[in-house]
Amino acid sequence: MYVATTGRPDAPPAPSGVRRRVPGTVLALGTVSLVADVSSEMVTAVLPLYLVLGLGLSPLQFGLLDGLSTGATALVRLLGGATADRGGRHKAVGGLGYALSALSRLGLLLAGGATGWIAGAIGADRLGKGVRTAPRDALITLHSPPEDLGRAFGTHRAMDTTGALLGPLAAFALLWATADAYDAVFAVSFCVGAFGVVLWVLCVPGRGRTPSAGGPEGRTARRARGGLLAGLRSPGYRRIVGCAALLGAATIGDSFLYLLLQRRLSFDATWFPFLPLGAAAVFLLLAVPAGRLADRLGRRRPLLYGHGALALAYGLLLTPLPDMVVLLGVLALLGLFYAATDGVLMALTGPYLTEGRQAGGLALVQTAQALARLGSAVAFGALWTATGPETALVAALVTLAAAVCCSARLLPRGVAAPAGPNAPEPSERTD
Amino acid sequence: MPALTGASTRTRVWIIVLALLLLGGGATAYTLRAASGRDAAAAGTADPRFALAAGGGALYARDTATGRVARVDPAAPGGRVAGGPVCDRFHAAGDTALCLRRRPGVPARSYVIVLDRELREVRRMSLPGIPSRARVSASGNMLAWTMFATGDSYARSSFSTRTSVLDLRTGYLVKNIEQIPLTLDGRRYHAPDVNYWGVSFAADDNRFYATVSTNGRTHLVEGDMATWSARTLRANVECPSLSPDGTRIAFKKRVSDGPREPWRLYVYDLTTGREHPVAERRGIDDQALWTDGETLAYGYGGGIWSVPADGTGAPRQLARGASSPTLAD
Repeated sequence: MYVATTGRPDAPPAPSGVRRRVPGTVLALGTVSLVADVSSEMVTAVLPLYLVLGLGLSPLQFGLLDGLSTGATALVRLLGGATADRGGRHKAVGGLGYALSALSRLGLLLAGGATGWIAGAIGADRLGKGVRTAPRDALITLHSPPEDLGRAFGTHRAMDTTGALLGPLAAFALLWATADAYDAVFAVSFCVGAFGVVLWVLCVPGRGRTPSAGGPEGRTARRARGGLLAGLRSPGYRRIVGCAALLGAATIGDSFLYLLLQRRLSFDATWFPFLPLGAAAVFLLLAVPAGRLADRLGRRRPLLYGHGALALAYGLLLTPLPDMVVLLGVLALLGLFYAATDGVLMALTGPYLTEGRQAGGLALVQTAQALARLGSAVAFGALWTATGPETALVAALVTLAAAVCCSARLLPRGVAAPAGPNAPEPSERTD
Repeated sequence: MPALTGASTRTRVWIIVLALLLLGGGATAYTLRAASGRDAAAAGTADPRFALAAGGGALYARDTATGRVARVDPAAPGGRVAGGPVCDRFHAAGDTALCLRRRPGVPARSYVIVLDRELREVRRMSLPGIPSRARVSASGNMLAWTMFATGDSYARSSFSTRTSVLDLRTGYLVKNIEQIPLTLDGRRYHAPDVNYWGVSFAADDNRFYATVSTNGRTHLVEGDMATWSARTLRANVECPSLSPDGTRIAFKKRVSDGPREPWRLYVYDLTTGREHPVAERRGIDDQALWTDGETLAYGYGGGIWSVPADGTGAPRQLARGASSPTLAD
């Protein structure tokens, strides 16, 4: 019998397997993510065009504007997580994040040509995105039975990716229909985003409605003291954070893979934006099966296999196989990598989180991974410059293989050391 | 918020339906208004009687209001005659004119249109990107243009440039000169982030100058079409423009890291190796044009300005509501 420390205590002891339903809350969260992603990806797809063509900004100015807010996101994510944990305000903090992003579209619309206001609007969007991620993932953890976390996250990520795929298509269609009326894209994006906020308010239950198995809310709040890094006292969680950073540091970033593909195949640059759509489609298709598999096999194995798939993608770029095989293979492997790792990492972390610190705990894992990826992208770029693309790719391949081997040893096998009295017993099955 | 989640399912469904109707209606209305307010793009060809004047060195530019190429003529109503083709970027020399015109929609694509003196279309290509720079060599034989390419990375919204060179004598087109063997500071150089823009041809139709950017720095690069090689001459140079006598280069120099007025216009003497700023103190983001051996013209703040190349005098406005200056000789 697994103690449902982070799940709903009122969930019926349903049989594990295919037939069990994904919790309604997860579907609600997924729907909000889908709608919000349509809204945000619409803007992301047209923003560079708008700023440079519509407003006549030089790409240099645009780059500065764009880079301005990127660095702060990691910090904001941690802040959002920590705030959400205090008194279980996941819904309020997450909702604030969604609302902020939706309102930023209105800011773009009203800013006209004023660069300062546009910078503010872009910053608000990033801020909203950073703030909402951890509370949302914490809600998924809180409202799913621990043994089904993989499937819950898989379902959520599949819905999220659907939105990300639809957003640019909607934006392109709008620009086509209105002969490049960027304001129409912002207006529609605002309406879509606002609808997402309405759905969040109406359909997503707050933390308070599902008291944890540990006891009444007051007790949870009391136990949650000890700062954002308190969770690191649990060895299992500490190892997961370490592995997230280690694996993140060994991934070179998608843009480099796409660049390598383009160099190899030398196709028309018009098609460049469509490469990620291919990978996203594979991600979308495999996210749920991968999550389900993670629930059955234990979550560390899909995580490791996923990174193995990424290593295969690197290797494929080094082989003399026909171009078409390389192209399709790399895109499929990249999609598989995301399917087997993105939600699975959250699901792996879930059972090791300190009660009442779920959002902060997830935020820390995501931030560690994001910062490590940022660093590895810089390193890979430098290595490419110094030694050429092939050598850099071989180095990346070796690093990734080493990181996977280390993680295979480091990642907890399912028996977490107790984090304290009444510590959650991880429901991860040993494999 | 808890009060709302506590509401009955029926109430919630009604609120959602209401929100869907309101927001969906708003979005549809806005889109329809935006779509109806825009006419289909005009055909964009030149008036049959509008041609590049022979002799006299008339100034031509893109008229911002109509998007068409105009002859700047203080005697005409409005100070110009706008009868040329619709272009986002325009340059002419010898018997050739080069017109870059963006096509609406996404992904960004543009027409590269080669025209003769009568502004009749000779050749048209559709290439990815957004028009940035256009140059024709003095003889009219060599064409070069730069486009901003978007979407090199889907997740990040950054730009890179693609510069192409077309030899009209052979019809040979280099779509992207990025693969030209580059010597940087005396050493052969390889990097994924190498970008070229702003080509300016020498009188021999073989040598050219351009900007190469890598690792966050820009350099003046001298290229050779015949040997297909390029080497950097000095750092912090963008959008070079070679003087008619081939001795000096006007360029943009980065003088500030901020987004506000980051560039100044400078002139570099190839024989003495010395550079000096011109009397224009504002931040110029344009490839300057030598209107004669001593004067530069450039776009700034929606108009066309001119300033002496030797650092004396003061900037003077040549035309309002115009960009992309070029001279017909």
